[in-house]
Amino acid sequence: MKALRALIVLLAALPAAALASEEGYPLQEANADVSNLASLQRGARNFVNYCQGCHSAKYMRYSQLATDLALTEDDVKANLMFTGERIYDTMQSVMPPEKARQWFGNAPPDLSLIVRSRGPDYVYTFLRSFYEDSSRPTGVNNAVLPGTAMPHVLAPLQGVQRARHGNEDKKGEGGLVGAGGSGGGDGGGTPSGHIVLEPGTAGDMPAATFDSFVRDTVAFLTYVSEPAKARRESLGIWVVLFLLMFAAFAWFLYKEYWKDVT
Amino acid sequence: MADPDAVTAIVRGPGRLARLGAWIDERFPMTELWREHASEYWAPKNFNFWYYFGSLALFVLVLQIVTGIFLTMSYKPSAEEAFGSVEYIMRDVEWGWLIRYMHSTGASAFFIVVYLHMFRALLYGSHRKPRELLWIFGVLIYLALMAEAFFGYLLPWGNMSYWGAQVIVSLFGTFPLIGDSLIEWIRGDYFISDITLNRFFALHVVALPLVLIFLVVAHILALHEVGSNNPDGVEIKKNKDASGRPLDSVAFHPYYTVKDLWGLSVFLVLFAGVVFFAPEMGGLFLEPPNFEPANPLLTPPHIAPVWYFTPYYAILRAVPAFMNTQVWGVLALFAAVLLLFFVPWLDKSPVKSIRYRGPIYKVSLMVFAANFLVLGYCGMKPAVQPFKGISVVGTIIYFAFFLLMPWYSRIDRTKPEPARVTK
Repeated sequence: MKALRALIVLLAALPAAALASEEGYPLQEANADVSNLASLQRGARNFVNYCQGCHSAKYMRYSQLATDLALTEDDVKANLMFTGERIYDTMQSVMPPEKARQWFGNAPPDLSLIVRSRGPDYVYTFLRSFYEDSSRPTGVNNAVLPGTAMPHVLAPLQGVQRARHGNEDKKGEGGLVGAGGSGGGDGGGTPSGHIVLEPGTAGDMPAATFDSFVRDTVAFLTYVSEPAKARRESLGIWVVLFLLMFAAFAWFLYKEYWKDVT
Repeated sequence: MADPDAVTAIVRGPGRLARLGAWIDERFPMTELWREHASEYWAPKNFNFWYYFGSLALFVLVLQIVTGIFLTMSYKPSAEEAFGSVEYIMRDVEWGWLIRYMHSTGASAFFIVVYLHMFRALLYGSHRKPRELLWIFGVLIYLALMAEAFFGYLLPWGNMSYWGAQVIVSLFGTFPLIGDSLIEWIRGDYFISDITLNRFFALHVVALPLVLIFLVVAHILALHEVGSNNPDGVEIKKNKDASGRPLDSVAFHPYYTVKDLWGLSVFLVLFAGVVFFAPEMGGLFLEPPNFEPANPLLTPPHIAPVWYFTPYYAILRAVPAFMNTQVWGVLALFAAVLLLFFVPWLDKSPVKSIRYRGPIYKVSLMVFAANFLVLGYCGMKPAVQPFKGISVVGTIIYFAFFLLMPWYSRIDRTKPEPARVTK
């Protein structure tokens, strides 16, 4: 009976859970370009400076990073490795997980596959959607992941946004969706009921600069989620071309054998 | 060229290879097997597009076994290490990403070719007498394949692996009295755990592949015993020449080996397209939540099985709970699959092929196929309207197609079958 009840609860919870997922905060397009090496290199720098203090990318090796981002091992050691790791190590965070749990309530997730599980737009929008919320222990909340334990690490760059509820103001005409100033077109038709973010205190970066900072970081995380992707696609073209040629020969062979069958 | 020894070597008689062949034939029926199953297996000469999928299914089986062997070399079947070992394969093992994508894409490809292969049988009556047992072996292969796919899906130990297994295993818990003990027995634990992962691994890499291979051999032996059906659904063995060879036939080898090679190469172009350019297939072949490690405390927002199970998942959810139990949906799910065994006897039509059947069967089969796709779509969606309502209608159509077949196939206005195969 226990299992039966568990199943009923599970099946009953499905629609509700699914609805919840479909009514999330509207995501903005990351437009991250994984083929742009400069963007990836900047993203790697952003990651090690702003993310890796707490988040690991524990399946990503520095040596692989060097190869794929067209950096020398010395470049990587000098610019991306700060805690005496070796080049064949993976990108671990220095924060002990048990301390993290103590400080933040839960351990910051590993980011090796965050883009594959959530999508680039999610990460991009998440990083841009912190806003002031004095009810939270960190002083900020996030429109994409309400109640997140993560503090607004990028506040010195972005500044701190303020939130307004969507239905207080028609279609966000006055307020801009997302990070201040840059939201010209993105996020257009925010359904009422969603939080609308508007610029609050200013940060070091103009909004457009901050957006490309986040875009670079997302591009890097996209690369990290599947380092073989570039190789896969460039090799794939040759494999498909070969197979097309093979198919042509197979077709002629087939027709040759069958020409006498009536 | 003028060397006289070279000339005598040729006229002296059978070469080394032929002598080796003769040596083997005295001890093992090598040539006999080759003749029986290839060079003198007389296949109807009028196979069309639908006849590629048998050999393709065999190819995919071999592909899954070979890529699976290589995956096993680096995969760790433990709750601690499984997820990480898959990422190790994807990143650190030479060509690991290719092997893994071939295997994950191969799983979906297997179901695509098998579904098309089964649809072919329904099109041309390939399950009808004398091929009932051939069909039954086929349905058993399909069942084994479903089990194989289900067990394999847990192995990456992603969060969808975990919760998908959780939902499917708990189906068995709906059986009255034995339910709870049954799921405990399946999991080997009180929840999906390391123990479950280990036994699913054993079943996925040893038990079910053996079952599959055995069944495939039986399937092919049964096929070669009765001979292949064809798009006209007429028996080619009724018209033979003096040597006993059916008039409307060609030798399987080389005629169908070269034709299937052409079919295989087209398949490979499409397959490589997915492997190299869309291995996730938009979340259908590799689901995004499965890139997060299994987490017993975090349910994914929407649990759905992989696409090839979703028609049955829709049927499961379409049947309402009553008398305080969900078991009816589970029974409907099993019935939906088990009904396939009875198709050869449910079909009462005097003709086999769709070409000579009447409008009722033609319409029924098309509605059934479309309905199967619609059910599959609904099974991917959350159980809300309109999908819930559509699933109920779809479930009724699914069962009606089989259960009403004895009547509608009998009264259908069929055309006379030709005596010989047509072009």
